[in-house]
Amino acid sequence: MLTGEDKKLIQQVWGKVGGCEEDVGADALWRMFHAYPPTKTYFPHFDLSQGSDQIRGHGKKVVVALGNAIKNLDNLSQALSELSNLHAYNLRVDPFRFPLQFLSQCLQVVLATRLGKEYTPEVHSAVDKFMSAVAAVLAEKYR
Amino acid sequence: MVHWSAEEKQLIASVWAKVNVEECGAEALARLLIVYPWTQRFFDNFGNLSSPTAIIGNPKVRAHGKKVLTSFGEAIKNLDNLKVTYSKLSELHCDKLHVDPENFRLLGDILVIVLAAHFTKDFTPACQATWQKLVGLVAHALAHKYH
Repeated sequence: MLTGEDKKLIQQVWGKVGGCEEDVGADALWRMFHAYPPTKTYFPHFDLSQGSDQIRGHGKKVVVALGNAIKNLDNLSQALSELSNLHAYNLRVDPFRFPLQFLSQCLQVVLATRLGKEYTPEVHSAVDKFMSAVAAVLAEKYR
Repeated sequence: MVHWSAEEKQLIASVWAKVNVEECGAEALARLLIVYPWTQRFFDNFGNLSSPTAIIGNPKVRAHGKKVLTSFGEAIKNLDNLKVTYSKLSELHCDKLHVDPENFRLLGDILVIVLAAHFTKDFTPACQATWQKLVGLVAHALAHKYH
């Protein structure tokens, strides 16, 4: 699925996120909650006000996990195995529909706002494919 | 009946005023064909779509992208009446073009990303939320007459 060129582009893009994991993650999550309110239903225990410590903390967690996946593009299944279990058995985020797609869209919007023209069609394509692959792995254990 | 707040209408209008319809339309359609290559199935007669460079430079892609986004402009002038505005186009996409409505959602999301890359910091979360709502409703209106 991911070509050699895709992997290179993903690693390059992620290189530009380094050091900003919390900002990028928090921005993506906030946008997701704002644009797709049903996603908030998975966080009833969170303070969901803008800039909250929980959103920042969780955003950072998500982006760091994605960064880890990017270091293991040849073995996403294994790299994300624990997260896959978590999402399937504990969190039970709906795998078929929106939440993972919505997060992907919002993360890409954040990258696009930060990179502008550098978020080229080729980069866009590679990141979209990567996020699809991540979603597929996270959904592997659902049933 | 869809409700648009004054703030939402303002966010739509202020972004749209700065959009170059031809450039933005061409970009959005090109990205659809690049990021989701199976959508090329609808454009067999467009000539060379063999690479991202070919797609971006393809004059038919540019022209069609402009057409699509110009039509989007009509939606913006008729925010309270999207289903009626898109009634004929909906029938066309169903009966003549045979386009799966899922593709409207894909193009809508791509348009939002194109706007984000263009406006960068100015494409705030509130802006994005409003535009995601708009593209979602346009996609819905275009699917409305399917049977």
